[in-house]
Amino acid sequence: MADAHADVSKHVRVYWIVFGALIVGTTLTVVVANIDLGHTTNLVLALMIAAAKGTLVAAIFMHLKWERSASVWISLGLCAVLFTVLMTLPVLTVNDYPPGVKHDRTGSWDMLPATTVVEHEGGH
Amino acid sequence: MSSELLPYTVKPHPVTGVYSGKLGVWLFLASEVMLFGAFFSAYILLKVGAPLEGPAHWPLHSERHMSWMIGGFNTLVLIISSVTMVMAWVSLKSGNFGKARMLLGATVALAVLFLVIKITMEYIPHWRDGLTTNTSNFWGIYYTMTGLHGVHILGGIVVISYFIGPGSKLWHENPEYYTNRIECTGLYWHFVDLVWIFLFPTLYLMS
Amino acid sequence: MSGEHHKELGFFRKYVFSVDHKVIGIQYGITALCFLFFGFCLIMMIRWQLAYPGEPMPLIGGLLERLMGAKWAEEFMPGGRMTPDFYNALGAMHGTIMIFLGVVPLLVGAFGNYVMPLQIGAPDMAFPKINMASYWCFAAGGVIMLSSFLVPGGAANSGWTSYPPLSAIAQPPAAGWPILFSGQTLWLVGMVALITSSLLGSVNFIVTIIQLRVKGLTMFRLPFFVWAQFVTSFLLLLAFPPLEAAGVLQLMDRVAGTSFFLPEGLVVSGQVAMVQGREIAGGGNPLLWQHLFWFLAHPEVYVLILPAMGIVAEIIANNTRKPLWGYRALVYSTVFLGFMSFIVWAHHMFMTGMGTSISAFFATTTMIISIPSVIILTALIISLYNGAIRFTTPMLFALAFLPMFAIGGLTGLPLGLPVSDIPLHDTYYVIGHFHYVVAPGTILAIFGGIYYWFPKITGRKMNDTLGRLHFVFTFICMNVVFMPMFFQGLAGVSRRLFDQTQYSWGAAVQGWTITSSWGAWMLGVAQIFFFINFFWSIWGGKKVSNNPWEATTIEWSAPSPPPHGNFATEPVVYRGPYEYSVPGMSKDFFPQTAVTEA
Repeated sequence: MADAHADVSKHVRVYWIVFGALIVGTTLTVVVANIDLGHTTNLVLALMIAAAKGTLVAAIFMHLKWERSASVWISLGLCAVLFTVLMTLPVLTVNDYPPGVKHDRTGSWDMLPATTVVEHEGGH
Repeated sequence: MSSELLPYTVKPHPVTGVYSGKLGVWLFLASEVMLFGAFFSAYILLKVGAPLEGPAHWPLHSERHMSWMIGGFNTLVLIISSVTMVMAWVSLKSGNFGKARMLLGATVALAVLFLVIKITMEYIPHWRDGLTTNTSNFWGIYYTMTGLHGVHILGGIVVISYFIGPGSKLWHENPEYYTNRIECTGLYWHFVDLVWIFLFPTLYLMS
Repeated sequence: MSGEHHKELGFFRKYVFSVDHKVIGIQYGITALCFLFFGFCLIMMIRWQLAYPGEPMPLIGGLLERLMGAKWAEEFMPGGRMTPDFYNALGAMHGTIMIFLGVVPLLVGAFGNYVMPLQIGAPDMAFPKINMASYWCFAAGGVIMLSSFLVPGGAANSGWTSYPPLSAIAQPPAAGWPILFSGQTLWLVGMVALITSSLLGSVNFIVTIIQLRVKGLTMFRLPFFVWAQFVTSFLLLLAFPPLEAAGVLQLMDRVAGTSFFLPEGLVVSGQVAMVQGREIAGGGNPLLWQHLFWFLAHPEVYVLILPAMGIVAEIIANNTRKPLWGYRALVYSTVFLGFMSFIVWAHHMFMTGMGTSISAFFATTTMIISIPSVIILTALIISLYNGAIRFTTPMLFALAFLPMFAIGGLTGLPLGLPVSDIPLHDTYYVIGHFHYVVAPGTILAIFGGIYYWFPKITGRKMNDTLGRLHFVFTFICMNVVFMPMFFQGLAGVSRRLFDQTQYSWGAAVQGWTITSSWGAWMLGVAQIFFFINFFWSIWGGKKVSNNPWEATTIEWSAPSPPPHGNFATEPVVYRGPYEYSVPGMSKDFFPQTAVTEA
């Protein structure tokens, strides 16, 4: 650890490069958002640029690139997994309906509102 | 005082490779990730389920009156403040306390600038235009998330100011300990910056 | 380290704003025991209404009127009969206080703070000042929660789960009162303080366990109690923030006019729902709260049980005089259990209209999580086999924990499967299930832990006769209270009913309700043994040596009570935590810190 930080002046150059990259990233975000590439493409691109910028901040400014402590990495790994769970499972839950039920959302959050169509798939 | 410090407060633990404060800050940041994660998850759920029409519908990008210029400028402010923060740590590493203090001062100034822009050029005009927490859930979650982020900025201002002022005595008693504390503060500060990097496109740019 | 002279601290720094983990542990312990008792008093009042609906409460009714004034009595208990709103408030606050102010602070704040640093040979927690801040956040949260009983409209009455939309629109602040002063809002503010306390505490615990173990104490030489605290801290650290977020969102709904949890077109009692006199915008999602709430509250269940298992494991190893069976299996199961507890939460939500795929996913993870629980329980039971069991008071509580937790755990399985959960959901069966885990389970373990570590904290032992009487009556009464709930639940009686005799199926099992109520009051009487024993023993208990139980773990090599800094010389560890009855040794225990057999 100690020798990894021994020559901090070497880091300074990296910091300036990252600074430049972040400014380019921010500009790119704005430019891409103002071009209409379709909703999904715009969304994915914006998130990808944000993720790239975030990674740079975490890796360089927050020194994760030089972090060798297993304790830190295990904690962060666990956090990343649970973060993914938190971001995906709730939204998957609201888009999952019993079989044979078509959910036609017209502005209400009732899970089975009046507009729900139950399809009877043939007689047995 | 320093003779009574607990082990591994200053020097890294030989096996785990970190000093206690750094590990503590990383764990705290992990919990912060879950906190902001919950808000982003709420944002997604609310957006997916928002009414398609009517007064409470999710406003289209063009209806939001959000200026990407103000948001983008504030993004730059935070990025620059991250650079001054990390440079302050570099200065301390090379023993230049005066320069570090100046850079910390610059960080605080930039943080204040961010809040001033946020409040005077966005919150107040928006609220006057009738875009309040009661308008729709987009505005509700916008004020909640940026407000929480603002509270984090405020917390950073308090902590960094403490290290410029009364906390700086530690530099003369135990420079390594002081440098470590600035590194930990920096970790927190970069995280606040990182959150904004995600908030900016989510709230200002996505339709 | 502690050999040096320490600057003598003033009274306040030493006993009130102390940074010593032992003082903080005791502060947590005493505060949490008071809250536990308070929460228990609330349920004893509820049990009167349940057993004898509509009849004036004897003694307590009059006492409360005198204590709180006629105006209060008129609003909440006119003529000694509790109003339905007050009944709801008592129920909601009973749950909140027992979990967030009683059991968790006892297990983590008190036992964790006091015992864990001693068991790893550390002089203190890694961040002593943060430790103090954590206690005072907890105390502030507790005071805020209690103060909510005094505002107009009373304490939060939307259930301990605070489900919106009810919780978001219930209890508007009374005219002339500040916006924050209504029961539900204070509940949310109090929760945010309690969550902050838990977050500070969990960071501290994890760092302490990783960084401050003494020389020789590898992770697989840690007592199982420390492992339990370690996993628990990760649960608190990563599961609590989503509830904090949910709390902030609901606070916004209540005070800032948002509608995160309020759907469009919400109508309450035939009128369009209003918050703060404003019409709500709508478009929110009540299920969002449930997701964020249960994202915490399911791991919270394991926060309630893992440290209890840790206490029981310590007591069992010590009193069977043999090593725990399957130590590594216990550790791996605990870690796996901790991880799995994050992906089972929606089994609380089978009734919300989730589809079959997601239900199947959560039912599967729920079945999987029962495996490590069973491994832990089995390992503890096998540990008894062939042991030379000493039936000490703590051991009685630990032994009783095993079947009680088994009942609690096994009755949970039908609730984890959508098909059987749907008829059982929100009935007394659920109440019986989780109380068997937390009350006869965890609370018996807590009592065991108090009897076990009391000599370390005070240098004196608690009285054995009183302890045994306390155990026998507590154990019997606990079962009298909770066993009837299964019968009520299977008969279809819903939880939270103000008066179940209004329904034919409820009236049919009213006898069980009365039994359960009498059990609860007798349980209260049985605690007199504990009160007398506890306070008398602090000053008059039998003085004992530093290691009265002849235990192996490190805390017993410190003086009793340990001084500031804990150990006279920094201990060094040479072996695992449970070296009991090592063949060829004259004594039947081999302490972790002993170089050779002395």
